[in-house]
Amino acid sequence: MSKGIKVKKGLDLRLVGEASKELVSTRESKTYVIKPSDFHLVVPKMIVKEGGRLKKGDPIFYAKGNEDLKVLSPVSGTLTKIERGAKRVILRIFIEADAQQEETVYNPVNISSAKPEEIKKAWLQGGCWPFIMQRPYDVIANQGTTPRDIFISGFSTAPLAADVDFVLQGKEKEVQVALSALSKLTSGKVHVGVNSTSGLFATMKDIELHQVSGPHPAGNVGTQINKLSPVNKGETVWTIAPQHLAIMGEMLLTGKYNPERIIAFVGSSLENPKYFKTKIGAELDPIIQEIGLKGDNVRVINGDVLTGVQTEKQGGHLGFANSVVTVIPEGDDYEFFGWNKPVFDKISTSRALTFSWLNPKKKYELTTNTNGEHRAFVLTGNYEEVFPLDIYPLQTLKACMVKDLDQMEALGMYEVAPEDFALTEFICVSKQPHQQIIREGLDLMYKEIG
Amino acid sequence: MGLKENLHKLKMKYEGKKMAPAFNALHTFLYLPNMITKGGTHIKAADDLKRTMNTVILALVPCLIFGMFNAGFQHYAAINGLPEGMSFFSTAFWNMDNFLLGLVTVLPLVIVSYGVGLAIEFLFAVIKGHEVEEGYLVTGMLVPLIVPIDIPLWMLAVAVAFGVVIGKEVFGGTGMNILNPALTIRAFLFFAYPTWMSGDKVWVHEAVERAGTPDAISGETILGSYAQNSDVMYSLQDMFFGFIPGSVGETSKLLIVIGALFLIFTKVGSWRIILSTLIGALVMGLIFNGVVDAGWIQEGSKFFGLMSVPFWQHLIIGSILFGAVYMATDPVSAAQTNKGKWIYGFLIGFISILIRVFNPAYPEGVFLAILLMNVFAPTIDHYVIQGNINKRKKRLKVKTA
Repeated sequence: MSKGIKVKKGLDLRLVGEASKELVSTRESKTYVIKPSDFHLVVPKMIVKEGGRLKKGDPIFYAKGNEDLKVLSPVSGTLTKIERGAKRVILRIFIEADAQQEETVYNPVNISSAKPEEIKKAWLQGGCWPFIMQRPYDVIANQGTTPRDIFISGFSTAPLAADVDFVLQGKEKEVQVALSALSKLTSGKVHVGVNSTSGLFATMKDIELHQVSGPHPAGNVGTQINKLSPVNKGETVWTIAPQHLAIMGEMLLTGKYNPERIIAFVGSSLENPKYFKTKIGAELDPIIQEIGLKGDNVRVINGDVLTGVQTEKQGGHLGFANSVVTVIPEGDDYEFFGWNKPVFDKISTSRALTFSWLNPKKKYELTTNTNGEHRAFVLTGNYEEVFPLDIYPLQTLKACMVKDLDQMEALGMYEVAPEDFALTEFICVSKQPHQQIIREGLDLMYKEIG
Repeated sequence: MGLKENLHKLKMKYEGKKMAPAFNALHTFLYLPNMITKGGTHIKAADDLKRTMNTVILALVPCLIFGMFNAGFQHYAAINGLPEGMSFFSTAFWNMDNFLLGLVTVLPLVIVSYGVGLAIEFLFAVIKGHEVEEGYLVTGMLVPLIVPIDIPLWMLAVAVAFGVVIGKEVFGGTGMNILNPALTIRAFLFFAYPTWMSGDKVWVHEAVERAGTPDAISGETILGSYAQNSDVMYSLQDMFFGFIPGSVGETSKLLIVIGALFLIFTKVGSWRIILSTLIGALVMGLIFNGVVDAGWIQEGSKFFGLMSVPFWQHLIIGSILFGAVYMATDPVSAAQTNKGKWIYGFLIGFISILIRVFNPAYPEGVFLAILLMNVFAPTIDHYVIQGNINKRKKRLKVKTA
């Protein structure tokens, strides 16, 4: 184990609605939905047409320009509908599950003797490749590259995050196989950041463990990369969220695509937040009903409150990559003199008649209200307090807004992902969409440079 | 909540219309809007720009109220003589006569400042179709506090119009301006109407009208006295408490210090800028004291008066403290990096005292120093950021070498 990483800057958001460590299995879902928007910059080319039959593990579509990159069906059934939006962009792919499940099985890989190409091939055809992200640009990794290092954050500090050890329980073997396989794909090491010495990763082989402490975003992989070994121009590193390792390992061990995962259902709008065993693309409604909703006017989020994606309030489905589903109240109401009266029930990093500093351990019940209108950037110095990366956040955002590619490169855009700017977006007094600005900046760079 | 629903209906009716920003500006003063997050973070912190600006205004209110009392106090003191050895809560200061005179002289300044400035802000918001930004709420409060008491209202109106349009709107409004708008307004007044902005007649109510008559009164500021090497008739205590002539709101150092502590505590004002400005001023004061001690400047030199002021007293005379706390800290026109803020503030303090000493005709240099550093703030930031960029390049070089 290397010397520890101490993150000083940041902010822990304590919210109501943490999941109790209680695991419930769900009934098989009737329909499954895959959203191509979960795969950033991938333009789907359908392999199966509407009405086509799929076995579990059969490819649904591949990426335009990269035929090897496939997304598999989480279930055997019939592809009933391809929902399209403006310019015929595919929004959702609906699959109706069969009563009798059939499965396509690929060849298992023997890790101890496998070459990197065999591992890559297994994950590509086995639908696991989209779990591997790369920096720069925070997109799905290019299978043709050999990354300098691979980074995995073994814990999460995001608000109401799922407990990684709980989510991966019983999957120790699969995780170890995935880690060993990853270590063969890089010229460097597989770095895993952990917050305790006794967790799941503590006993794993073929990795470099790092003890990380501090407030959110200490658990973000971007923070750990920046503290350990920042990405330089011309270098590539890969990142993988820990919850994917089980599926990736199982593919190598058995050749089977097992989209089952344990998801934390959290948020202040849920009666009894806990963990559920379900599958990628499965219906959320039955689970949310089982937990019980407080109030009708809620928002369902695939992911955490900072980086997640809003999904349908009714008829939503689990996303491809998230390990958390958050349900919080919508805040579409006016608040009388809300801009100048003392505030006790919301989080704030200032003390401008906001009193969350009085009670740092208190848990809050926040709504989706923006607490103010969009403005130009005015305040300075406040982002730096919650931004631990050695990068100037405000200047980077402004460089992205004016599309100054040289400046973006110089200021360190190769090192960041939108999620690194989630906290600065949260505290932004001007209510600017930081993550969107960074996302568009990265996409522009990817198009022009990468 | 009938009002809430009615306003909501009105808002829907105005939506997309030309006047929508004007309506929304008023509406959002009553109610925090019903806006919800779209994409990005689904929750947001409690603060918005209105709250931030409101915090600065709260910090300014004591200065304004004190300024009203002081306006009356200076007027009557000039006629009847200055009471000796007042404590801060002396009734010779805090009485109805003083307040009423202050009210009728200061309130019109506030009304003109806000009226003209906000009218222009609304106009630009409607023409350009963006929301009315809150920046002027603070500027409009600062302006009456940094002008002489008897400034003709039309002059103030012209200056405010100039400051808001040229100082801010031409750059794109709040957040885009290079110069501090309040100081742009003051600079405009200073250069367009210098007789109303300096000298010994403008700081006390009616001093100008009475000049040359048997009832003539004088209201020399302390800086003016020093610059002319004449005796200063105020005690240190008076200077600190603020029972002295000067611009409306800048005299009470005690209340400014309290305001500064409030701004720093609420994290709205940058403690780095405030502290480094004061350090800069003290360093320059020390240098001048050293020059005097070394005997390079003799008594009788026109610089001697201000140069020989004990260095720490520079902080309680003139408007350096007010400038450091409320003007230099304007986040838009100041340096934006933390390191840059130290340099920016230090140079403001340093140059303020430099101008103060070497410009006996107009001995207040704080606003010029701040405006000058406003111009250089992006340059300071550029070099600070370049440091970060170079570090990144060096990292790359070590790797490839």
